[in-house]
Amino acid sequence: MPQIEVRGLAKTFRVAERLPGLAGAFRGLFHRRMRDVHALGGVDFDIERGELVGYIGPNGAGKSTTIKILAGILNPTAGTCRVDGLTPWRDRRRHVAHIGVVFGQRTQLWWDLPVIESFDLLRDIYRIPAAAYRDNRDRLIALMDLEPLLDVPVRQLSLGQRMRSDLAAALLHGPSLLFLDEPTIGLDAVSKLAIRDFVRELNREAQVTVLLTTHDMDDIEALCERVMVIGNGRILVDTSVDGLRRRVRNERILVVDYDSAGEAATVDAPALVAEGEGVRSVERDASRVRIAFDPDRLPAATLIGQLLALGTPHDLFIEHPPIEQTVAELYAEHDMRER
Amino acid sequence: MSPDIRPLVAVVSARYRTLLQYRAAAFAGFATQLFWGSIRLMILAAFFAATTEPQPMDLPQIVAYVWLGQALLGMLPWNVDADFREQVRDGTVAYDLLRPLDLYSYWFGRTLAFRVAAPTLRGIPMVLFSMVLLPLVGLGDWALIPPAHAVAFAGFVASLVLAAMLATAITLLAHISLLWTISGVGMDRVLTGLVTVFSGLTVPLPLFPDWLQPFLNWQPFRGLADVPYRIYSGNIPSAEIAGELVFVFVWTIALVLLGRLILLRGVRRMVVQGG
Repeated sequence: MPQIEVRGLAKTFRVAERLPGLAGAFRGLFHRRMRDVHALGGVDFDIERGELVGYIGPNGAGKSTTIKILAGILNPTAGTCRVDGLTPWRDRRRHVAHIGVVFGQRTQLWWDLPVIESFDLLRDIYRIPAAAYRDNRDRLIALMDLEPLLDVPVRQLSLGQRMRSDLAAALLHGPSLLFLDEPTIGLDAVSKLAIRDFVRELNREAQVTVLLTTHDMDDIEALCERVMVIGNGRILVDTSVDGLRRRVRNERILVVDYDSAGEAATVDAPALVAEGEGVRSVERDASRVRIAFDPDRLPAATLIGQLLALGTPHDLFIEHPPIEQTVAELYAEHDMRER
Repeated sequence: MSPDIRPLVAVVSARYRTLLQYRAAAFAGFATQLFWGSIRLMILAAFFAATTEPQPMDLPQIVAYVWLGQALLGMLPWNVDADFREQVRDGTVAYDLLRPLDLYSYWFGRTLAFRVAAPTLRGIPMVLFSMVLLPLVGLGDWALIPPAHAVAFAGFVASLVLAAMLATAITLLAHISLLWTISGVGMDRVLTGLVTVFSGLTVPLPLFPDWLQPFLNWQPFRGLADVPYRIYSGNIPSAEIAGELVFVFVWTIALVLLGRLILLRGVRRMVVQGG
């Protein structure tokens, strides 16, 4: 049985519409026009125990709404959801006792308390047995390198330090399920890597199920095997990272370095393939050439063979297109369908 | 409710320790309350000097009433916790639902710490000043008298604990109302007016006109100040102390139940509307 089972989950917010200008504000006192905003329009998915799933989509697509419903702090308008057999918003207290939640945008630590006191407070709030707490705390402190931060009030931490502390805080009670809502937002490269390594460890070693929302496709590539893409309140794609790439278009990029710009200039599309088949674009930048091609129509070996016939490259390698581009195309494609 | 109160104790103590950091505010508060206390003493003394009628309280009892009121001012539910108001405004309160706690109890703990922290910081210096320092400089007539007798002292301590609970229940009602009104400025005004008058802080309740007494005797705000201060000075006879404690206790329970009821609706609204 999947750990998370979501069927037909829908959420509609009613918001008061404000009319523009002073006259509008005055009319609003007597007559309010309400507008329905469909944040989620019927979402289905399963997540198995131990999975690490990326959940991506443009701003306002419904990612955070989904997470809030799964975490039990928001009621859906329709649909069902079972997490370890519990309905989050109905069995809230039992449910939240074994999940961990981290919101990148806001800390859940106590702003004025030193980190270690926040941890102790969480021990009491979650009623963690003393021995389990000591083990968990010491392991998390070591893993996240928190030792020097323990006596610092949370408000004085840098964003990266705060995020590491927040992650540790969300795991003190040993949850079997972790929701991460944009955990790397605004972090520098080193902090991002630390967070990624940690989440990967946690998922592999401790078998913690992770649902991760992010705008950073490097997070997805580094961590997730499975990606769900949400747009306008619906799941558009639920597939592997490779499947996501393939879904939009199958493309590889061959990067070729020559010794001189002159040599590089001899490479162009007509010279490579008689009919221009399979080569999507050729970009030159001094002595480097980037050839985008479709590996189904033009095998990489054939392309390289043709290149070698033209000259002797200094070096060559094949890249995937950045997943950002793939996702951007997917969003665009969907918007076109929608309107 | 859970029989295990460890989480709540932890919440109260953490919040309390945080609030104790505001020492400058405590000092300023002490100075202000000293000033207002002196003015109120002078006004009431002038009133006593002018009156020829027998009064329901004697002057030392009035003096005790005023000094205790100044010392424990911060415990009165006259305002909302700015921290809490901020969290309602930016939606962070919804995240309190992520904790495996009964929300009312959790917030009761936070609010109790808020209500009790200020009087610890300002109350102790105020008592030292009015009870020890004033007699030393020859102003013994204006000093805070010790509790009338042992029973009065025990009753005072018990009524003070109840007053803290009652004040917390009332403040928490105001906090919960923020889920609808958001700003909390209006709530502060209404609370200040109600509480300072009907608790007895402005004018001791026994000095109000006789026709008002039946009403004053049954309204809950009495339990915040009038009851503990008069038990302290012996103005409420020992035989009546138990009855007064029950009175405050019943009001506290009633306001806690009311708060729970309203919070239930507030949470429904919160989980429907989102953070």
